[in-house]
Amino acid sequence: MSKNTPVAIEYQNVHKRFGGANCNAVDGVDLSINEGEFITILGSSGSGKTTLLKMTNRLLDPDSGNIVLFGENIRDVSPVQVRRRIGYVIQQVGLMPHMTVAQNIAIVPKLLRWDKKRIDSRVNELTALVGLEPSEFLIRYPAQLSGGQQQRIGLARALAVDPKIMLLDEPFGAIDAINRLNLQDELKRIHGGLKKTFLFVTHDINEALKLGTRVIVMNEGKVCQFDTPRNIVKNPADGFVESLIHSCREQEKFWEGLI
Amino acid sequence: MELLQFAQRNYSLLLRALSEHIQMVLISLILSILLAGLLTIVAMFFKRIGTLITHLFSIVYSVPSIALFALMIPMLGIGRNTAITVLVLYNQFILLRNFITGLNEVDPAIVEAATGMGMTRTQLIFKVRVPLSLKPIFVGMRLALISTIAVAVIAAFIGAGGIGLLVTIGLETGNNNRVLWGVILSAVLGIVVNATLVFIEKKIN
Repeated sequence: MSKNTPVAIEYQNVHKRFGGANCNAVDGVDLSINEGEFITILGSSGSGKTTLLKMTNRLLDPDSGNIVLFGENIRDVSPVQVRRRIGYVIQQVGLMPHMTVAQNIAIVPKLLRWDKKRIDSRVNELTALVGLEPSEFLIRYPAQLSGGQQQRIGLARALAVDPKIMLLDEPFGAIDAINRLNLQDELKRIHGGLKKTFLFVTHDINEALKLGTRVIVMNEGKVCQFDTPRNIVKNPADGFVESLIHSCREQEKFWEGLI
Repeated sequence: MELLQFAQRNYSLLLRALSEHIQMVLISLILSILLAGLLTIVAMFFKRIGTLITHLFSIVYSVPSIALFALMIPMLGIGRNTAITVLVLYNQFILLRNFITGLNEVDPAIVEAATGMGMTRTQLIFKVRVPLSLKPIFVGMRLALISTIAVAVIAAFIGAGGIGLLVTIGLETGNNNRVLWGVILSAVLGIVVNATLVFIEKKIN
């Protein structure tokens, strides 16, 4: 990244502990992410990766530390305002079952009182962007879509008002292997064309290394390593990262043993 | 046969009782829904108050209706307005339980997605929770209506008129036909209304 690229997201010594827990869910995370990066956050369940993500759009608030988006401390912005500027995609998608695909994508534009013409053209554009045919899909209800199609719409909905930052929480976690690979490729393509900052949580090391321009490896609330996929594989920072890569290698051997 | 003759001779009396009853029930139901709707919104914003209100009305609901009517007389006197007040109070538990549970049981993933998109709490209630809980909301209204039809019969004891008046006067004057017609009308009204609403419920789904 060049020195002129603005910093999109900055975590400053962020801590979060949930009531009743005896250790921090997020423990002193301190890092900055440049605009346009595709950051994957890799960790097992309980590593704090989702908590970190949810603090970025104020679904959760840190106990201490600051989160700064494009120079603005989000503590000073109302949660609703922060969220409307950020795209958010979750594993269960969460499409509104009582709304058509078109209405689902139009939710945030409507909240922002865009005029109907602008909404319609944006909805069409986005449906095409995520690889679905608008004339066929816009009038459907979520129940009439496959899991992969639903998540494409979830993605289109999150992109609706052209947010600079996209948060994706294991978006392909519930999708079969073949469709997941397709969706990963398309997400990469979409990211490449948009110059947005993506923050993508996953527990799948292959997905993390494939998609991320840089990867945050988290364990027990702490960042073990934050580097490019190449550097992570080459120089694992600690035993945890090493064991992750080792587990991946073991799998490779298993595959080769089958051939 | 005697029963039919009684109806022939007194059909205007029966019709008046029925129409009085339906009026009282509808007014009570509308007021009940308005109050319960308001309390539900309060409960969605303040969980603790919601729990408290529901508990309070569950106590009211557990008081036998005739005792509740009697309790109100010193405060409000007798007559239809007192009866309507009791019916409205009585309905709150049925309505609140269905409304609040319905609104809270919306798929958490949908709520998370909607919150994450930047809906305010009010928007979340009216654009997401309410449209997705129409079924429990409707069921609550149906149960409240059926209960009101039955409880309103008892309201005749405090001078509210309606079908119950046929029963009370019948009992006082030893006119079994009158009592029977009161029973028949209230039962038929309850059954027909319930069946119609169940039918509509199924149609909607």
